[in-house]
Amino acid sequence: MHMCTVVPISLTVGANRIVPTIAIPHPLGNPTLTLEEERDIRRNLVGRALRALETEVTGQTVFEK
Amino acid sequence: MIKVVQYINQFFANVGGEEMAHIPAEVREGVVGPGLAFKQAFGDEAEIVATIVCGDSYFNENLEEAKKVVLDMVKKYNPDLFIAGPAFNAGRYGVACGTIATAVKEELGIPSLTGMYKENPGADMFKNKIYMVSTKNSAAGMRDAVKKMAPLALKLAKGEKIGASIEEGYMPNGIRVNFFEKERGSKRAVDMLIKKLSGKEYVTEFPMPDFDRVDPNPAVKDITKAKIALVTSGGIVPKGNPDHIESSSASKYGEYDIDGVMDLTEATYETAHGGYDPVYANLDADRVLPVDILREFEKQGKIGSLHKYFYTTVGNGTAVKSSKGFAEEFSKKLKADGVDAVILTST
Repeated sequence: MHMCTVVPISLTVGANRIVPTIAIPHPLGNPTLTLEEERDIRRNLVGRALRALETEVTGQTVFEK
Repeated sequence: MIKVVQYINQFFANVGGEEMAHIPAEVREGVVGPGLAFKQAFGDEAEIVATIVCGDSYFNENLEEAKKVVLDMVKKYNPDLFIAGPAFNAGRYGVACGTIATAVKEELGIPSLTGMYKENPGADMFKNKIYMVSTKNSAAGMRDAVKKMAPLALKLAKGEKIGASIEEGYMPNGIRVNFFEKERGSKRAVDMLIKKLSGKEYVTEFPMPDFDRVDPNPAVKDITKAKIALVTSGGIVPKGNPDHIESSSASKYGEYDIDGVMDLTEATYETAHGGYDPVYANLDADRVLPVDILREFEKQGKIGSLHKYFYTTVGNGTAVKSSKGFAEEFSKKLKADGVDAVILTST
């Protein structure tokens, strides 16, 4: 599965399970937040990635939530 | 007058269909089948002196011998031009046309041309070796094919300068030629944008590579038992970039052991990527490669385990072909190591 910020690129190159992320230079973090807040965001995104892996898909699917 | 020899299969020679695909090569004097349309298009400029007819199965099953026999037949007539096909979407015929047209050009030094549908397997195999006109996918496109092939054939025979693929109708063959456009780039870009916005057709000057599509893998049955690996195009590497992965147009990938690594820190990891602001990843590489959270999940039993190695490269102007090569190689390792799923992060 693919975690990335620019979802249209991911769709173009053919990823099937996609989780949209925060920003190009820090897809799984946000430097404006505290370390703990950042980890919360990351936990949430990685959790979503695991859920995507557990989900049957028939074609390209973006896991927005 | 330009002397032409043409190669066609048993079907177009009206010998028969699949049941006659086994016939060996034979020569007929003059024009046969599709040659009539070419003859008309050539007018007084060229004459088809002979037509070689060969069964598709015969050619493909006896490749070396068939090639040799057909080459000898061509040589006998010492033509100024050789035309194979057009083969449309007939696979074996396309491969035969590509093979023999290439051999005539390379071994006899005679200008050669073929034509087929872009998805014919012969197209990818030979379009970079020989001028290959793009045709429709069935013989119903014969008139269209001849209209493109005949003028190009005459140019080749006369040794005239061949224009760009889009002007001449042959498939792009990977050769780039520098030239000056009439309009400057800014004007061309705006013209293209206006056409696009008003829903008109426009031609891009920078076509995207063809990306393949793969069927999605089945879902992971039980993620709490799964071995998960991390892969990234965000250039995360051990501090100092020990393998010197390039900051753009990477020619390699890295494989790094994270056994026992609980957290990527400023002191231990950084990014080699030259295409985004590296400050955030250099301070905390977990922002690109979430090792800290996966370790936490591993401990809590939310995943089986985090794979011992991660794979990394720099996705910055890196050729699609290189990336594919990297992935082909490390995917085999991932499979051999019993990895159940991969999380690929990109910047």
